[in-house]
Amino acid sequence: MAQYLMSVLFDSNDLATDDEMAAIDVFNEQLQADGHWVFAGGLASPDTATVVDGRNGEPVFTDGPYLESKEHVAGFWIVEAPDLDVALRLAAQGSQSCNRRVELRPFLTA
Amino acid sequence: MTDVGEVIARTHRAEWARVVATLARRFGDLDIAEEMAAEAFATAVERWPVDGVPPNPGGWLTTTAHRKAVDRVRREARREEKHREALMLSDTPEPLGAIDDDRLRLVFTCCHPALAMETRVALTLRMVGGLTVPEIAHAFLVQETAMGQRITRAKTKIKAARIPYRVPSREDLPARVTGVLAVLYLIFNEGYLASDPGQEAVRADLTAEAIRLTRLVRALLPADGEVVGLLALMLLTEARRAARVSASGELVTLGEQDRGAWDRELIAEGHALVRARLASGRAPGRYQILAAINAVHTDARDIRDTDWSQIVALYDQLLRLDPSPIVRLNRAIAVAELDGPEVALAEVDRLPLEGYHAFHATRADLLRRLGRSVQSRAAYDRAIALAGNTAETAYLIRRRDQLTGP
Repeated sequence: MAQYLMSVLFDSNDLATDDEMAAIDVFNEQLQADGHWVFAGGLASPDTATVVDGRNGEPVFTDGPYLESKEHVAGFWIVEAPDLDVALRLAAQGSQSCNRRVELRPFLTA
Repeated sequence: MTDVGEVIARTHRAEWARVVATLARRFGDLDIAEEMAAEAFATAVERWPVDGVPPNPGGWLTTTAHRKAVDRVRREARREEKHREALMLSDTPEPLGAIDDDRLRLVFTCCHPALAMETRVALTLRMVGGLTVPEIAHAFLVQETAMGQRITRAKTKIKAARIPYRVPSREDLPARVTGVLAVLYLIFNEGYLASDPGQEAVRADLTAEAIRLTRLVRALLPADGEVVGLLALMLLTEARRAARVSASGELVTLGEQDRGAWDRELIAEGHALVRARLASGRAPGRYQILAAINAVHTDARDIRDTDWSQIVALYDQLLRLDPSPIVRLNRAIAVAELDGPEVALAEVDRLPLEGYHAFHATRADLLRRLGRSVQSRAAYDRAIALAGNTAETAYLIRRRDQLTGP
């Protein structure tokens, strides 16, 4: 089994609608029932981000996201799957349930 | 010596994919599979001229490659304890997909939808076709290092993202086959009309490789109509190859080709495939319709004998599956023969294909036939500027320079 990050890509700060939230709940329950579930969460908008640079002793705090881009990560799932084909199927279902695009990436395995 | 060399070359063509595929299944690692297959062939080049060709060359290669792979995994296992797991893994058979064939699994792994299209093409030519990295780089006009990196990245992604080495399950199969056929058709087309002026106009090596791989997929999926359709399409196109470029390196259009130079054997095989599909009574897909169009073309002894109404009807059928402007452009070319250049031009002018050389070449020809020389010349100029293929450019320049009057 390997773990995958499914990032939800979105281009506005609008939150999920009630219908979308309901579909996401159904999907989450299915992930748990099928043993794929590790963790998931929605993220507040990029306006709320602070970039912290602690590399040179005194940390520097910068308001705003690291990248100004049209799309940002609005939320994510971490799932467990035996291979990419299974993970792709989960990502497709996730994308459909939250009604947004999903980027799928494997975690580094030791 | 030469004989042994020929046997090795022939064995390479016939057995490479099988050796790589068998090793990939046993070791679950494309890198090991490819490197050990290459080493086994290198050993054959050394040993066979001395020891003679073994009675079962394919089996000899698989055994040799397998032994080398085991040695390597053992070496690495000694170096690092956790590689022992890799040895254990080799005994665990992967779950079988819809069809149990190692080579087919290899094709589907190389053509996985998670890989970029150009990567799928490169990986298929390397792993299944056995072409070397320099050969693939040469075929697609990129630097060897860039092509090597592309293939390495693909293998890394296959490993890290866990792209499974298997034929997709039955419900996924139709969608995945489409991707495989797209890769094979791309390889064929690059061979049939090379896109770069630095290349020979026709790359027989690539068209031959595409046909060979499509034959392989057909042998593995004999019931898939589109696989048959693509094979027929390639054979009927390939049959005209010798007549397609003149001695002076200029493209010869269908109407002007010496039909005596067409390959009768390929045509007969292609026609038989198309007839068999028609007899099946099942609704044809895109490749089958394209094959049928080519069957009509190759049926005519002279361009004037061509059954244009049937070709237009087939394009109508294709438009229902694929209503793209390129299909409409090709349909319009047939309409010009049936209803005249004026009707065709009206259709062509509506198409949003400003950046496509064939659009301008078609317009140029229709305008020439309508006697509108000035506009025709402008269209030829545009087509020449956009065309990449040397033979095609030569043809367009001659046609433009033949224009007379305003």
